[in-house]
Amino acid sequence: MTAASEVESSYERQDGDVVAGPARRRGPRGPLVAVPVIALLVAAPLVLGPYPVTTMTRILAFAVLVLSVDLLTGITGLPTLGQAAYFGVGGYTAVLTGLHVTSDAAVQVVAALAAGVIAAAATGWVAVRARGIVFLMLTLAIGESVHQVADTWKAVGGSNGLSGMPPISLFGGPPIIAAGFVYWWVLAVAIVVFAAVALVARSPYGRTLRGVRDNEARMRALGYRPTLARFGVFCLAGGVAGAGGALWVSQARFISPGDLGFEIAALALLSVVIGGRGSLWGPCLGAAVVLLVRDNLSAYVGGHGPLVLGCLFVAVVFLVPRGLAGLTAPTGVRRPAGPAGAHRRESAS
Amino acid sequence: MDTYLVSVLNGLAMGSLLFAIALGLSLVFGMMDVLNLAHGAVYLSGAYVAVAVVGDGAGMAVFVLAVLVAAATGAILGGALAGLTRATPHHLDQALLTLGVALVIAELLAVGFGNDVHSVAAPAPVDGGVTVFGETYPVYRLLVIAFGMVLAVAVYFLVERSRLGSVIRATVADRVMVSALGINTGRVLVGVFAAGAALAAVGGVLAGPILGAQPGLDEKVLLLALVVVVIGGLGSVRGALLGAVLIGQVQALGTALLPEYASFMIFAAMAVVLVLRPSGLLPDRTAVHA
Repeated sequence: MTAASEVESSYERQDGDVVAGPARRRGPRGPLVAVPVIALLVAAPLVLGPYPVTTMTRILAFAVLVLSVDLLTGITGLPTLGQAAYFGVGGYTAVLTGLHVTSDAAVQVVAALAAGVIAAAATGWVAVRARGIVFLMLTLAIGESVHQVADTWKAVGGSNGLSGMPPISLFGGPPIIAAGFVYWWVLAVAIVVFAAVALVARSPYGRTLRGVRDNEARMRALGYRPTLARFGVFCLAGGVAGAGGALWVSQARFISPGDLGFEIAALALLSVVIGGRGSLWGPCLGAAVVLLVRDNLSAYVGGHGPLVLGCLFVAVVFLVPRGLAGLTAPTGVRRPAGPAGAHRRESAS
Repeated sequence: MDTYLVSVLNGLAMGSLLFAIALGLSLVFGMMDVLNLAHGAVYLSGAYVAVAVVGDGAGMAVFVLAVLVAAATGAILGGALAGLTRATPHHLDQALLTLGVALVIAELLAVGFGNDVHSVAAPAPVDGGVTVFGETYPVYRLLVIAFGMVLAVAVYFLVERSRLGSVIRATVADRVMVSALGINTGRVLVGVFAAGAALAAVGGVLAGPILGAQPGLDEKVLLLALVVVVIGGLGSVRGALLGAVLIGQVQALGTALLPEYASFMIFAAMAVVLVLRPSGLLPDRTAVHA
């Protein structure tokens, strides 16, 4: 690849930055959309039965995991298949806390968040030195290894998982069992996490991450340390995924190795791609679509959810490459170059 | 001491299988930057071909037939995957496509063969045991080790000494330059993709009498193959061989000594290699990327 084409492709990436677009455009318009959406979400348990409410609780917890994937894949350009591991670490931490320490849900979430950050810091330094597809490969290896560990380690229940977690409580109150109250708690935490991720995405640090994604060499020349920036966001994403894991078990009160398996990681990545990489609300919508397809639609096709999801993967890549968020982006904006756009050979071919 | 020697042999058998499986993954990655997440599913379809054709016991001819059927199945799947991934230029999209195909294949296999654990019998003439180091050892596993050695030598001569091999290596190094020389690199890519997938499916048949076939095995095998490729160095044939032998040993020794921690040890081995040699033990010197 010549110097000229390097320059050309870097311009291309800047033009094609659909990701920064919606985030910035949402600025003034954001509250106008966010307030009714939040109001609808809060009101949902008042009009819906218990089953839809539990489904929505799971979607919210899964959406927090998807946000962590989006933080890495969309904003930093690091496609990951390993976030389910930190989701699981958070879930296991929350269940163990519930079993042995306290049923206070706030403590569980904080413990799970901390465990997610620590687990991500302990394993992430291996991954963040790579980028693009190599990063995908390393995170997949890490995630699957953690899954294998959870599956074989007797101390955390092995393949049976951990069950018997007592119902959550809040600030010393009585146990919360009603689906609606659990839902409100999960919704509150999910909104806080969403706001925190949105703040990070708009902060100077978030801009640094986008810079690293779009032109790492230039960022390094400007004095930034791309590997350190990637490591930071990896730990952050690990914490977000850990919090998601705590939310996931606050309703299920059970965790098994299946909750941190390859399928969950793949579904989370699919949600980000369906929703639109780099947008924050798109992937949350994607999470809802993916979980609804997996849990509800699969009943209509004889329980073959994975078959539908597999076809969905292929269809999304060809039909909506920019995701749901891309559909609302102004026309003429090209798709983001994405993580792999930095690969030289691709633009040469 | 003898049990250790037996586990070394087990490790060599596992290493032979892993080499056959990881080779395609590594070469496809080196050439096209495509991470074929359907590689485990291709392996599993080979294993189910063995279940369908060989089943509970058959002669050598039937077993060879199973190998040929699996190779054909793998080649077709690999060719289809190559065609699919070449339709989009973005690497993440390509990985997602292979992931979707992996889900579809695994689900179709589960529909066809159920969720039971299937076992495959070794072919009749070699299903006995011989005495090695004072202990009885299955002849079949020794044959698998021999297969691995033959495959390694054959691949070495094909890749390092033949004209086709030099085209393949050159395509890994610089695809555009090779196509400028008048070689149809698209055909090379599809060919390598198909051959790699065929090898993975054959690995599935050969691993049948050792690992059996069951849903979820595709992920385990994909993980092992990924670790092999990461340890060995991406796009490197010698690296895949070294990584496969190493991981085979780590797994066999880990299973023999500390069964509960065998999966820790695989990860630890990968972490150690990545700390010392971030680009793998034997990175392909001609490859452009790390």
